Amino acid sequence: MSETEEKSASRNLFDLRWLIAGLFLLYGVVLILLGIFDSDAEIQKADGIRINLWTGIGMFVLGALFGLWSWLRPLRADAAPPLDTDA
Amino acid sequence: MTTDLAATLDVNAIDYTILGIYFAIVIAIGLLARRAVATSEDFFLSGRALPAWVTGLAFVAANLGALEILGMAANGAEYGIATVHFYWIGAVPAMVFLGLVLMPFYYSTRVHSVPEYLRRRFNAPTHAFNALSFAVASVLTAGVNLYALGLIIQSLLGWPLWLAIFVSAGFVLIYITLGGLSGAIYTEVLQFFVILAGLIPLVIVGLSAVGGWDGLKDKVTENTDLGASAFSQWGGTGVGDATNPLGDWIGIVFGLGFVLSFGYWTTNFAEVQRALSAKDLSAAQRTPLIGAFPKIFIPALTIIPGLVALVLIPQLGKEGGPTYNDAIPELMAKFLPNGVLGIALTGLLAAFMAGMAANVSSFNTVFTYDLWRPYVVKNRPDRYYLQVGRIITVIGIVIGIGTAFIAAGYENIMNYVQALFSFFNAPLFATFIVGVFWKRMTAWAGFWGLVSGTAAAILAYLSLNDKLGIPEIVFIESTQSRNFWGAIAAFVVDVVVTVIVTLLTKPKPIDEVKGLVWGVPDPDNPDAADAQNVRRWWESPKVLGFTALGITVVLSIVFL
Repeated sequence: MSETEEKSASRNLFDLRWLIAGLFLLYGVVLILLGIFDSDAEIQKADGIRINLWTGIGMFVLGALFGLWSWLRPLRADAAPPLDTDA
Repeated sequence: MTTDLAATLDVNAIDYTILGIYFAIVIAIGLLARRAVATSEDFFLSGRALPAWVTGLAFVAANLGALEILGMAANGAEYGIATVHFYWIGAVPAMVFLGLVLMPFYYSTRVHSVPEYLRRRFNAPTHAFNALSFAVASVLTAGVNLYALGLIIQSLLGWPLWLAIFVSAGFVLIYITLGGLSGAIYTEVLQFFVILAGLIPLVIVGLSAVGGWDGLKDKVTENTDLGASAFSQWGGTGVGDATNPLGDWIGIVFGLGFVLSFGYWTTNFAEVQRALSAKDLSAAQRTPLIGAFPKIFIPALTIIPGLVALVLIPQLGKEGGPTYNDAIPELMAKFLPNGVLGIALTGLLAAFMAGMAANVSSFNTVFTYDLWRPYVVKNRPDRYYLQVGRIITVIGIVIGIGTAFIAAGYENIMNYVQALFSFFNAPLFATFIVGVFWKRMTAWAGFWGLVSGTAAAILAYLSLNDKLGIPEIVFIESTQSRNFWGAIAAFVVDVVVTVIVTLLTKPKPIDEVKGLVWGVPDPDNPDAADAQNVRRWWESPKVLGFTALGITVVLSIVFL
């Protein structure tokens, strides 16, 4: 066992936004496809609403927004010095 | 608790695939977060490195567990929109107060837990008493959560109870033992979005089926026993002749809104820990404030399904029918086609697991930092305590599994235990709040106040709910109101004992409490420079806090 003080590894933590983006894009695509091919019985069950389709679109959009956010503002930029002081 | 659902859900391969993908991702989070764990602080507090939006959503998600979603939908069906008291008066003001006023006392003193604050402000006995009662309460609560989760899997999917308990405990074990608090928090944030994706479609379809909000109002008013009172938040809250299901306004405002709510949100370490993992003071302050915004709107996703179920599910809450707790699962079975059904099911199971994970991840921290390190095995290298944290996580989950099986045999006992623990925060809050604002309060006043307040909480619970066989001094019709008044009693006893003991004992030198009490700043405050540094106007805690309060006030007036 080393006696030296351990250094925090918290900077190795991955960016959660990519994971949310990936999961919601995947779920979104699955639900959109299901929604397109939903039978009348399934649409009737949800009171005539194509709920798979709409939920799929919503989840896809959320996933895309998280993807966009992490693409435009990667983690490293977040740790950079203050951006603007003109406020 | 959920026991007999009319029918298990009609899940197919697609729903199981959706569920499977989620659990694969959860394991991936555990594996990936492990790379970020080298020290005990990485494991227990995410290395204090997380951004505010992550900790803020985790803050609200840690509370969005089993009892919250199904229980609040049940309350919605039973009490109507008076249930929003648990959110608007019973959560938002306390979250804002934590963010704006109390957070610097936790974050800038660099304590790693609520018990450690008590050690620094008071003394070791106060610390040990609180750490021990918190550790016991959270590991038992984790077990109760696990049991509730097992029941819901059993009734929705038809799995045997023991299998459901072992499988869900196994997943929690993997991602917390590997990734520590980061694993728990990341999973909570993910779960937050999935449960929204499951509940929002349910609300949309449910409202559509009853003819919108107006249709819901008409149908509840005309066709149910609850009637028009379902749409009155503050009606019938007069003291002495309260007809509101939550009792009189004193109980609601002081019991729920002040003692229980402030106690839970400002001193429950499972919540505060999320803020302590934030990367700086500003992010820590914003943690409960960011959490407050979803909290304002979550009642729409729980109360509306409750009321819709009351209209559409025959015999809900009556003899022989499904219980109120089945409101959401019944609607899922009735309305959601395969696909969205899988999403809602995943969100529900994830929410149950996140509730348990929040208990376990705060338990292992308090056990290691507040019991093992100061009192049992001292002065070892950090690596040793990281190892202890991992081992005690496993032990905590094993005890949780044991508790779940005991709960399966004695369900009523577990309900009492759980109600009892909800009282524990009332005296803790009294001791904490007096200690922060009264610098003369002495170390032993901290200890005796907490002990007597806790005893009073237990006594009040037992006597108000007629568990001792002694005649009741006052009879309070509403169960909820009994809890509110019990909390008030515990709070008052704690404060009275605190004041008396303080006047009889010697206060700590002012030098020892700097940074820990109001009006005695610490000249070496590590966040002093940081406090002035608001980069963007919408990152200002004051702007966020008062906006949340403003929205709550407006909504309270609209839905009076």
